[in-house]
Amino acid sequence: MALSTRHLLGIKDLTPADISLLLDTAKQFKEVLQRPIKKVPSLRDVTIVNLFYENSTRTRISFELAEKRLSADTINFSASGSSVSKGETLLDTVNNILSMKVDMVVMRHSASGAPHFLAKHIPASIINAGDGINEHPTQALLDAFSIIEKFGTLNGTRVAIIGDIMHSRVAQSNIYLLTKMGAEVVVCGPPTLIPKYIDQAFNVRVEYNLTKALEWCDVANVLRIQLERQNQVLFSSLREYSLVYGINKRILDSLEKKITIMHPGPINRGVELDSDVADSDQSIILQQVENGVAVRMAVLYLLAGDRNSS
Amino acid sequence: MKSLLNAQHIQLTIKRLANQILENHIDPAQTVLIGIQPRGIFLSDRIAREISAEKGDAVFPYGKLDITFYRDDLRNELHVPNKTDILFSIEGKKVILIDDVLYTGRTIRAALDALMDFGRPQKVELMVLIDRRYSRELPIQPDYTGKSIDSIVTQKVKVLWKERDGNDEVVLMD
Repeated sequence: MALSTRHLLGIKDLTPADISLLLDTAKQFKEVLQRPIKKVPSLRDVTIVNLFYENSTRTRISFELAEKRLSADTINFSASGSSVSKGETLLDTVNNILSMKVDMVVMRHSASGAPHFLAKHIPASIINAGDGINEHPTQALLDAFSIIEKFGTLNGTRVAIIGDIMHSRVAQSNIYLLTKMGAEVVVCGPPTLIPKYIDQAFNVRVEYNLTKALEWCDVANVLRIQLERQNQVLFSSLREYSLVYGINKRILDSLEKKITIMHPGPINRGVELDSDVADSDQSIILQQVENGVAVRMAVLYLLAGDRNSS
Repeated sequence: MKSLLNAQHIQLTIKRLANQILENHIDPAQTVLIGIQPRGIFLSDRIAREISAEKGDAVFPYGKLDITFYRDDLRNELHVPNKTDILFSIEGKKVILIDDVLYTGRTIRAALDALMDFGRPQKVELMVLIDRRYSRELPIQPDYTGKSIDSIVTQKVKVLWKERDGNDEVVLMD
């Protein structure tokens, strides 16, 4: 048993069997993380560089912890304070790092496709930790893992993805993963933040009314409004967005069933989620973060193994 | 293909092994049984059942250990992990590790490393159904053996279990 790919560039390239293997393996790593000694020697001879060209808290810490818990050696690189500011190209930077014998690259970049470009030019395994508005595969995997933990299966589970679908790599990876695994997906947000032909490109339904989307779903995955990626005015003000698409306790209490709230972080409290929702017992936001480490351990483990045969 | 043990032999052997444990481990509070995933657990399931049939409620705590993440051959072959299920402390306990076949000793090396991450046992013993003698690559020997056999590297020993393979049998394949 092995993955059908030697890089994790996006959920797009994975088969349902790959996704199941990753999630099943993550379950065993979650058990490891509950032991008195939360560390296994699996990747003792593997060196991993974390290449972060864009800010990150959760993802970087989560990857670093996953690497340490697998006993891998790690190097952290962030673009600020490096020779990138002197004009070194991405390929030159990575090749210089690889010449110091690095086996895997975890990369976040603000340009969509940056990890795909690297994968074509270097021999190491590449893991995409978020590229522009394209994909964030490990986030989708940990979201799926958290849904399975809560509902037992993805098949037939109703997931509403709410907010800035247009600029969200989390939304795109989630849509690929959920539809491949048989979940039902609705995307919800203002028309300016939902790509026009999304319901034809993917097997998803579009819903502009927040209450209707929430009434329909089992899980609401609420996205952050990414002001840094918007270069034109797509809604009049944050206040107006929050009035129409913000989720508060009043809306949740008006629903017939208790739905589960997820958020990839960081939360804009009072914009897409009110604090009393984010901190309620319906929210599994912190469980998502916890599961992130186990899921990333599974990704690293499955990509590091079997390197001789590839 | 040669049959080494049939269903009846296996049943008798398991009874004997269970009784050997009971003979050496009087206090059930001090001893725990741990089966090694994936194929050792069929033997450990039977041993645990045999002991509880013999002793009633005073049985040893019983867990399952997956050693995939501790293997030394990750680079050659990728293994899919199984469930580890040890819901008790092994600190200061006598641990009996149970596996179906002892061959090079590398699985047991990995199991010992894995076990130490759960605590410091007072003592670790090893029980196997089949001991392939003279094939060890590490200095590891069993404390309880169902049957010792002589075999060469090109041969394979397969333990079949009713629960999984349809019948109980141990076979030697060329």
